[in-house]
Amino acid sequence: MEIHELSLIGQLNQLKEGSLSSTELTQHYLDRISNFDEGINSFITVTADLALKQAKESDKRYKSNSALPLDGIPIAHKDIFCTENILTTCGSKMLSNFKAPYSSTVVNNLSADGVVILGKTNMDEFAMGSSNETSYFGPVKNPWNKEYVPGGSSGGSAACVSAQLASAATATDTGGSIRQPAALCGLTGIKPTYGRVSRYGMIAFASSLDQGGVLARSAEDSALLLASMSGHDPKDSTSLNEKVPNFLKNINSPIKGMKIGLPKEFFERDLPKHVESSTKEAIKTFKDLGAEIHEISLPNVDLSLPVYYIIAPAECSANLSRYDGVRYGYRCENPKDIEDLYMRTREEGFGPEVKRRILIGTYTLSAGYYDAYYLKAQKCRRLVANDFNEAFKSVDVILSPTTPDTSFKSGEKSNDPIEMYLQDIFTIPANLAGLPGISFPSGHHEGLPLGVQLVGNSLKEAELLQATHQFQKVTDWHKKLPEVK
Amino acid sequence: MTIYNKSWEAVIGLEIHVQLATNSKLFSGASTHFGALPNTQACNIDLALPGVLPVLNAEVLKMAVKLGKALNANINTPTSFARKNYFYPDSPKGYQISQMDKPIVEDGFLDIELEDGSSKKIGITRAHLEEDAGKSLHEDFEGQSGIDLNRAGTPLIEIVSEPDISSPAEAVAYLKSIHSIIRYLEISDGNMAEGSMRCDANVSVRKIGSKELGTRTETKNVNSFRFVEKAIQFEIERQIDEIETGNTITQETRLYDSQLNTTRPMRTKEFANDYRYFPEPDLLPVVLEDKFIEEVLKEMPEMPDEKKCRFVNEYDLSEYDSSLLAADKDLADFFEIVSKTSKAAKLSANWVMGELSAELNKENLTIQDSKIKAKQLGQLIIRIEDTTISGKIAKEVFEKMWSTGDEVDAIIEKEGLQQVTDLSEIESMVNKVIDGNPDQLKQYLAGKDRLFGFFVGQVMKESQGKANPAQVNQILKERLKE
Repeated sequence: MEIHELSLIGQLNQLKEGSLSSTELTQHYLDRISNFDEGINSFITVTADLALKQAKESDKRYKSNSALPLDGIPIAHKDIFCTENILTTCGSKMLSNFKAPYSSTVVNNLSADGVVILGKTNMDEFAMGSSNETSYFGPVKNPWNKEYVPGGSSGGSAACVSAQLASAATATDTGGSIRQPAALCGLTGIKPTYGRVSRYGMIAFASSLDQGGVLARSAEDSALLLASMSGHDPKDSTSLNEKVPNFLKNINSPIKGMKIGLPKEFFERDLPKHVESSTKEAIKTFKDLGAEIHEISLPNVDLSLPVYYIIAPAECSANLSRYDGVRYGYRCENPKDIEDLYMRTREEGFGPEVKRRILIGTYTLSAGYYDAYYLKAQKCRRLVANDFNEAFKSVDVILSPTTPDTSFKSGEKSNDPIEMYLQDIFTIPANLAGLPGISFPSGHHEGLPLGVQLVGNSLKEAELLQATHQFQKVTDWHKKLPEVK
Repeated sequence: MTIYNKSWEAVIGLEIHVQLATNSKLFSGASTHFGALPNTQACNIDLALPGVLPVLNAEVLKMAVKLGKALNANINTPTSFARKNYFYPDSPKGYQISQMDKPIVEDGFLDIELEDGSSKKIGITRAHLEEDAGKSLHEDFEGQSGIDLNRAGTPLIEIVSEPDISSPAEAVAYLKSIHSIIRYLEISDGNMAEGSMRCDANVSVRKIGSKELGTRTETKNVNSFRFVEKAIQFEIERQIDEIETGNTITQETRLYDSQLNTTRPMRTKEFANDYRYFPEPDLLPVVLEDKFIEEVLKEMPEMPDEKKCRFVNEYDLSEYDSSLLAADKDLADFFEIVSKTSKAAKLSANWVMGELSAELNKENLTIQDSKIKAKQLGQLIIRIEDTTISGKIAKEVFEKMWSTGDEVDAIIEKEGLQQVTDLSEIESMVNKVIDGNPDQLKQYLAGKDRLFGFFVGQVMKESQGKANPAQVNQILKERLKE
């Protein structure tokens, strides 16, 4: 077995044993990136020198018996996380020249545990998109079939892990941006409870929905990384002051008696046969593992998509106001005056999807529309959250397909925003309610992966990881890797 | 000074921005010190770099709670923040974090004292926390503008009054009262020249008896008590003129020009921003627990009204003197030291509000910068009380103390100003004066009693002011009877 085929935990064991050095592993990934990423475009920046320097330091620590929990594991960061002195673009022309003067808490936490940074991954511009086609740095290809999209917005992170160009990658999820690409690329991706992972230094799209997380090849790998990233951060006022449990502690415990809810509103939808059958297969596997299956109802869950497309654009319209060409980032040439500077900088610096959302958000917050849109959406958001609270009185986790279908071809949905927005129909509710969600591989159709999602109650990431790990112990879907050429 | 047509009345409300005297900014750890080199006190958060988040400075909550108490207002809990969206180069995020629905202070009032001694209740709608903007610098950049973000993120509390104010004088009384309160609470230095306290005036006029409010204008940039009075006066007269000549008032923001003493339109409502307020998702609503509020209120200092009452009772000062002294905390503190040193409260009050204040005004100094310290002034008063010097000589000594900084006794000794209390010495001076003015003596003895004062004056002159006036009186009376 080649070292890039090993799981992250497998690599970590070899590093600990001394049968593998971080320098060796890092160089191996750097070689793969230079050989294979041109056709995938998963990286915006490759930090080869930094990576090798970090690997060397890691090897020293192993030699001196002072190794850190994730020492020497080469990972990639989504280009939404600020990294000191490294280009941090958020997939936008607006920040195409922006070297962050500081690092995000997520980056710092992982670095403190010894990871090696291979580079920064491609993404939909400002995390707005479900196909990774809105990036200023070009679309990312799905390693399973390059005619297909990897999903978005964390498409670069998903594609690079799927193509084994990194052991794992950080990602963010505002409406499904970790879970949808996980499903489309055959990975395990977890979005924790809102506030579990600090948002400090994570470039904001929609502040009340954004949450950092992990894209990896298994629940175990995800558990290890998530533990490192998580924790209370005084720099983020919405960060939860909760102790981070050891996510690996109960991961091997059987899930006998775990109550899994199936929301009838999701299963009443007209799903493609292969999605339905793969989901049913997954349900059967959980049943065989001793879980109880219950039908439940989330009566207001259909409000999720419209609510999301009011709240997320509203918040983004304000969050993106700082990109004005005054202090950093892109600035238009020869501005006549301040108005001209603002208008042309933003006209030239933002892509069409970002502009669309800024316009929607500006509109819904405007005098005379605020009550009808934003305020009403906030009330509906509460209804959706209440549905989950109610449901978790009778079940432990909620299962559904992650996406309405397998991946789609590049360009297929890019002219129809609504069709594109429907990609996140199953993932958005967890963001609205601030709940943890995980997606993991559950099947293949015509050579493309499919995923199933579990949503847990607040702070119950450990349960999600446990259920997923138990599933992965008896299934092989997560072990299937695309052939990378 | 209200000279406008008596058939009109003015309706005035003030919005007062007070810069809170915290060491660090409202949502970042950067220093708030005034006068640093441009952009040296702007951290990643103040610069609104991608990915940064605000963290509330807990100190401001204490300050706001104290202010709320002093304004007889409710403290809202939870209190929440909102984004106010607008583009301007000195607003780095493109929005200002302010408060909208749940301001920390709401629904209070303040009793202000008017010149005629009566008092009036001014309603306070709300006081909310918000961050200050940076400064745009338009000079010295040859067609471009410079931006200094040192001030960006400095905590402000904006105190909004009800439109209960009816004249420029009332507006100034209200503003002074707020100024006095924030100084007492030590939540701001209230320095209007440096912009730590800024005032916008909402003014409209209507016919007396009319229930309907006229169209109002908001006058900005009024940065002294005197200018507030003048700007409002100008605006009232301008509005009456406009209406009387058949024009209408435009709802607009106007800028006060202190050099020309006029106001001019800044931007009309058509161009006014739609601020698109919405709850700040980066900050959770803040719950102020009862225990926290109790602890804060324990730190409340004696407020101006309480101090005034105490001065009346404890020092037997008049209401008027007490309220004048109590209005300025530093002045009141100064007075109390003088009074405690000298054990002569009334005389101390007279000297602090008389000679000392006059001297400070003349040199445009604050009480903290007084060249004579409170204890020194107390010593001077002790020397008046123990008759070492007369009140008149004391003024001379005061001047010397002011210019040299020397101590009272040193000056008295050096200049030989000690009062003459030696009876024989005074007697001989009295004799000399009587002998030297036979005409006046004749007239006095013929019944012209008023000339007694003349003799006193002559003796004092003879003694170069050093004779004890009471003794002079007594001896003169005895001698002139003979």
